[in-house]
This record gives sequence, C-alpha cells and structure tokens, in this order.
Amino acid sequence: MLELKDVNTFYGSIQALKSVSMSVQKGEIITLIGANGAGKSTTLMTISGIVRPASGVVAFEGQDLGALEPDQIVATGICQVPEGRRIFPYLTVQENLDLGAYLRRDNAEIHKDLDYVFTLFPILSQRRHQAGGTLSGGEQQMLAISRALMARPRLLLLDEPSLGLAPLIVQQIFEILTQINRENGTTIFLVEQNAYMALRIAHRGYVMENGVIVLADAASALLENDEVKSAYLGV
Amino acid sequence: MNYFLNLVIGGLTRGSIYALLALGYTMVYGIIELINFAHGEIYMIGAFTALIVALALSFLGLDGISILVIASLIAMVYSAAYGFTMEKIAYKPVRNSLRLSALISAIGMSLFLQNYVRLAQTSNFVPFPTLIPEMQFLQTLPVRINSAQVVILTTTAIVMVALTFLIKFTRIGKSMRAASQDKTMAMLLGVNVNRVISVTFVIGSATAALGGVLISSFTGQINFYIGFMAGIKAFVAAVLGGIGSIPGAVLGSFVLGLTESLGAGYISSDYEDVFAFAILIIILILKPSGLLGRPENKKV
Ligand SMILES: Nc1ncnc2c1ncn2[C@@H]1O[C@H](COP(=O)(O)OP(=O)(O)OP(=O)(O)O)[C@@H](O)[C@H]1O
Ligand SMILES: [Mg+2]
Repeated sequence: MLELKDVNTFYGSIQALKSVSMSVQKGEIITLIGANGAGKSTTLMTISGIVRPASGVVAFEGQDLGALEPDQIVATGICQVPEGRRIFPYLTVQENLDLGAYLRRDNAEIHKDLDYVFTLFPILSQRRHQAGGTLSGGEQQMLAISRALMARPRLLLLDEPSLGLAPLIVQQIFEILTQINRENGTTIFLVEQNAYMALRIAHRGYVMENGVIVLADAASALLENDEVKSAYLGV
Repeated sequence: MNYFLNLVIGGLTRGSIYALLALGYTMVYGIIELINFAHGEIYMIGAFTALIVALALSFLGLDGISILVIASLIAMVYSAAYGFTMEKIAYKPVRNSLRLSALISAIGMSLFLQNYVRLAQTSNFVPFPTLIPEMQFLQTLPVRINSAQVVILTTTAIVMVALTFLIKFTRIGKSMRAASQDKTMAMLLGVNVNRVISVTFVIGSATAALGGVLISSFTGQINFYIGFMAGIKAFVAAVLGGIGSIPGAVLGSFVLGLTESLGAGYISSDYEDVFAFAILIIILILKPSGLLGRPENKKV
C-alpha cells in the first residue's frame, strides 16, 4: 500500500533519513521505533509531503507522492496525527473535528463518523463546544486521533501518541487503535518510543537509528530480539 | 450634548473607514505574520479605480447611487486582483526567509504602488465626485449627520456582519482560522494553505478598496498619497485592538476614531494625530497584546 524506496531527506546539510526503504501492507499495523533524533518524525513528514526527500520514492497505492502537495496527499487517503498533537487551541473541539473532514463533501457520512468518534471517546462529545487548547493532554490526544479519523483515511500515520500520557490513558488509546484497525480496516503506521506497547499491538516493526533502518521483522520477533530488548525495552 | 453627539458620529465614521482597512492588516498578520505596508496603497488604488469608473459612468447618465455601487464593486474586484498579485510576487517568494525580507518587500511594494499611481495619474489632488445624494429626512434629525456618513456606517456594519459569518461558520473561514493557528497542521488535514493566504489578501484588499471609495466620496478629493496616513492609522487601530484579532481590529478602529474626533473637538484639532498615537501608547502600556489580542507565547 505504502512504499518508501531509498529515501534520503536532509535539513540543510544534516541528513535525517539515509536510504530508508519500508513498505506497509493494506490492513496492517506497523510500527517504527527508535531513540530521540532517529528520524521517525522526519519519516512521517516526508510521507505527508511537509518535507521533501532529496532522492528516493514515496509511493502510495502505486502513485508517486513526490509530485503532490501536502493537501493532495491527504486527498489520496493519508492522514497524520503529528507529534505533540497540534490541536488548534482556539478552535472548539467540534471545529477541530470539522477540519479533519475538510476535504470531504459527503455530509451524511461525516455525521456517521462524528458519531463514531464520539463513541470511541465519549468525553469529546461532552467537550464539544470547548476550545481545543483547554483540554487535558490525554483529551487532546483523543481529539487529535478523532480529527484524523474524520478524514476517513485509509492509512493513518501516528507520531508518538503515548508521549506525556499516563499509562492508563496510553493503554486505552492503544486499545482503540487496534479497534480502529480491526473494525474499519484502517492501515496504521505507528511511530513510537514506547517500544513495548507499540510492538504488542503491531504486526510488524522497523527499528531506526540515526536515520537508518537497522532492523525489520515481525513485531513478535522484535519483542524477543536481544538488541531490541536491551536498547528499547529496558530489559 | 448635541456637540458631543456630532463628535461621536464623526468618530464612528472615521472608525468605520479605519475598520475596513484594519481588517486587512490584522487578517494578513494573523495568517503570515507580516505587516503588509502596501495595504494603504490598495485602498488608494481602490479610490482611483472608482474615480475612473465613476467618471466613465457619469457620461452614461446614471444616478449617483448606481454609480457608487458599480464603481465600488469594480474597485473592490480590481484592488483584490492587486492584493492577490502582490502576495504572489512580493511576499510568497520570501515567505520562508527572514521576516525582515518580507518587511522590506512590503515597503518596496508600497513605494512602488504610490509612484506608479503618481506617474500614471497625477501628483495633484483630483476631485472625487459626490456620489451620495442628500437625504432630506436627515435634516429633521436633532443631530447633524449627512448621507455619506449614513452610507459609510451602514455599509461597514454590513461588511462586519458578513465577514464575521464567513470567518465563524464557513469552510474557508474555518480553514483561515486553522491556518493562522498552525499552518503545518492545517496542511496535514488537507487545507491548501497557499489558497487560504490568497483568499485572505483578496478579502482584505476588497474591504480596503471599499473603505477608499467611501471615504473619497465623503472628502471629495484624492491623490496618490491618501493611502499612507490612512494606512498608518488603520495599522495603529489593528495594533490597538490586538493584531491578528478581527474583532480587535474593529474595536481598535472605533476607539481610535472616537479618540481622534473627541480629542479634536474638545481639545484641539491640531493634535489629532497626537491623540491617535497617545491612545496607542497608553493601551499598549496597560495591555501589551492590545485590547483583544492573545498573549504572544500562546501562538503555537
Ligand atoms: N526542522 C529541522 N531542522 C533541522 N534539523 C531537524 C529538523 N527537524 C529535525 N531535525 C533533525 O533531524 C534528525 C531527526 O529528527 P526527527 O524529529 O525526525 O527525530 P525523531 O526520531 O522523531 O525524534 P523524537 O523521538 O525526539 O521525536 C534530528 O537530528 C533532528 O535534530
Ligand atoms: Mg519525533
């Protein structure tokens, strides 16, 4: 479904991604784990077209994304929940969700999806008319995921959804991600530093170090891998 | 009492014109954090366009109000085209450079447009036709208000309501607010931010042109330089109200217009501009982000 081939991305003279190749199959949950500064966010921003690779190909369902603007990439069915959630602080919860559905015109279906995210996260429906900036960290993460779901993406990119959240909330959010994947067949590309949680829900995983993919395997295998264990699982 | 009311009406009229101009400053700043120094020139170009159209139409023997409406609409479209083009050639190329580059580009644009109109038209004041007919019933009112003031006040009120509706409830309005809060996030949701910026320039330029046409038919004369002082005053109004905030720009404009009018009426008309800057300084000392502005660090 998504294919990265020999992608090299630079920030000025700093090379953030070095010949990165990955693939994501339809219906999977894949995770990309790595330490701070490994290049995980850069990978997602390259897919979304916010940063442009110097060379290499990013293709989604056979279509080269290199020629598309970020908004056109969203139109192909890719939506990202970026690092730090990036809720619009002065828009209400409802308006934040409306923006998720920005490119859609199918009002009846948008309504269904709104009901759906409110069943996933009932707290959001209570907070509907409150400014996004006044939500707690956990609520903001729920809103960020819901906002992306309002785009009804076929590929959902998530950048460290567990960041700064209490273990119980992280648990809840990860359960919902598996639920979304199972119920709607949404393909999920999950970037995480919380390697244990991510590998438990993912089918496959990639490990990145300094912009290079160093390991790629089934998630269960990575959980047993000695290098992964010592470097990312703290055991 | 009557004297006071007359000054208030005068102040509100001024405030309306400032508001039509200040909207453009504040909307553009809200989205790309640029002080568009050439914004006053768009207002001036609006006035000149309307003048040319009005002269042409008066040969056709149309009545004043029809001429005013047609000339205003054409001026708005023409100025909007100027605003759109200006953004594309002068601001978009430097959007990711230092802020100083954009500022210099804006000042350059302002000088260019002033001198372009000066050479293409004239450097003298030219008379602007009085297009708004006298309304007899106004003379029966206890306060002194003329038909031009009535037209200015009502037009501004309509524009404000329409714009509030646009920003609050429409799709483009929501995308404008989103882009002003976090452009990258807006892009990640499919908003074409370049288009949002263009729309912002188009709306701001059209309202500025409307202000230019209305004030010119009130004062009765224009030249290539009218945009300069009006632009500065409207900018002061936008800062006063909290730059980036649309209700702030409107409030700031009326505060400024009333201050000038009352100050001139009760103290001395020689110090009109001094009052404008004095109120700016006072408010910025009391509330650095302006009347309705958001604190700096809240911007994400
Ligand atoms: N806008 C930028 N300009 C310059 N360098 C950048 C920029 N963004 C990221 N980098 C650099 O690129 C490298 C990869 O950064 P990236 O944000 O992709 O890492 P990450 O894996 O997401 O890290 P974290 O887990 O801390 O979020 C880092 O060395 C970082 O300093
Ligand atoms: Mg990151």
